[in-house]
Amino acid sequence: MKAYLDNAATTPLCPEVLKEMLPYFSERFGNASSLHSYGREALKAVDIARDKIAKLLNASPSEIFFTSGGTESDNWAIRGAVGISKKDKKHIVSTAIEHPAVRDTLIELKESGCEVTFVGVDKNGIVNVNDIKNAVTENTVLVSVMTANNEIGSLQPIAEIGAFCRENKIPFHTDAVQGAGAVDLNVKALKVDFLSLSAHKFYGPKGVGVLYIRQGARLKKMITGGHQERNQRAGTTNVAFIAGMAKAYEIACRDMDINNKRESELRDYFIKRATSEISGVTLNGGLENRLPNNANLSFFGIEGESLLILLDLHGVAVSSGSACSSGSLEPSHVIASLGNSPELAHSSIRVSLSKYTTKEEIDYGHDILKDSVKKLREMAPLFKQETGKGSYV
Amino acid sequence: MYNDKVLEVFASRKNAGEIENANGVGTVGNASCGDIMKIFLRIEDNIIKDASFKTFGCAAAVATSSVATEMLKGLTVEQALNLTNAQVVEALEGLPPQKIHCSVLVEEAVKEAVNDYLKKRD
Repeated sequence: MKAYLDNAATTPLCPEVLKEMLPYFSERFGNASSLHSYGREALKAVDIARDKIAKLLNASPSEIFFTSGGTESDNWAIRGAVGISKKDKKHIVSTAIEHPAVRDTLIELKESGCEVTFVGVDKNGIVNVNDIKNAVTENTVLVSVMTANNEIGSLQPIAEIGAFCRENKIPFHTDAVQGAGAVDLNVKALKVDFLSLSAHKFYGPKGVGVLYIRQGARLKKMITGGHQERNQRAGTTNVAFIAGMAKAYEIACRDMDINNKRESELRDYFIKRATSEISGVTLNGGLENRLPNNANLSFFGIEGESLLILLDLHGVAVSSGSACSSGSLEPSHVIASLGNSPELAHSSIRVSLSKYTTKEEIDYGHDILKDSVKKLREMAPLFKQETGKGSYV
Repeated sequence: MYNDKVLEVFASRKNAGEIENANGVGTVGNASCGDIMKIFLRIEDNIIKDASFKTFGCAAAVATSSVATEMLKGLTVEQALNLTNAQVVEALEGLPPQKIHCSVLVEEAVKEAVNDYLKKRD
């Protein structure tokens, strides 16, 4: 048996989405910028997709810009806001738990002279709105706060931050990549100026995303060339993927409540089994205000990547927040920012469900997990199997 | 990113655990860095009769510990002190660049264990 429990990394393509995409690889192959019938046919598909996504976000079609994915959208919003600002000193406010697409972009801008404040989070991984308010200065050119964290699924108070930023005329960006499909994204209610999406997190294809840019909000353009996307983002329009993204988001929004309920029930069942049947387990983040498909657990005495590999040898796919899996030596900045010890940060794995996840997969995943934890603890230095406790030196 | 050999060694975890009557023990690393390796040796007449490990660390840390303890068996104390991280990497048919430090750790742990034995003996 196999169990794919890494849906926060990517989801499988929904069959209906694939069906929507296929004609644009073959008979409807036209370039959406061409004036002839082939081009018009392709452009029509893009227009329909743009309308669909705009409607679902409560935005106008002219506010939707297609990109190559979440990372490009995040880069555009951040670098674009810095690039367009005429302020002498430029300051950005963000959080300590952003995805690398935001975090590493901000670190690079910091090295080139921008001032950046990474606001910390509470033990549940949620930022306090007052901390954001206090971090803002007269030089702030952008506030960027993710909608939902990718590692622990914590949901951030976007509408409250949005209201504050709008009132104070500070541009506000949210990286909604991990939340899309599970959280209602109404750009008017959230009062965001910029919002990033990526299709492959909600059963769409990899390599396509959206940046919502509010009418009147301005960004410097990042990719120059042709006149695509109303002259703001050059590059031949990725027709098939854009059509697929819109179809995927339509289905995800249509089925949001039913999927959320199902996934959160299965997720809670998994957490209950894991925390009651395995000793020395910590749930990273709280159960409230959390994505319905996310569980992030630390297992005392075990290193996350070892656990990931052992689970994989039995067909169970998860991801780990441990340093080694990402190639750096620092453990997850997200788990560490919750106030946990670096040891627990090294000991974490993320289990993430999809609408396709079955109870059988959860049971199988749990059983393999329980067995793997036991095996790895047998060779863990300074861990006492009998008590479920121990100490690191 | 791991080759089949590393995965095979990790899956078997040969020599994992503590041996009885170990007379040389070496520990390196710390948990906050994500690696602790503990090597146990039983040395008789200058020859390593048995070797085992306990490791907190990534799959590469476990695989290097396992393969190194296997390589140690039958070596003289002097040969064990000359075991290099490059030999451990070679035995695993290669490691990803960011995992080379695991082989360095295991080399240090082996030296610690042998020196522990030499110190107790003297």
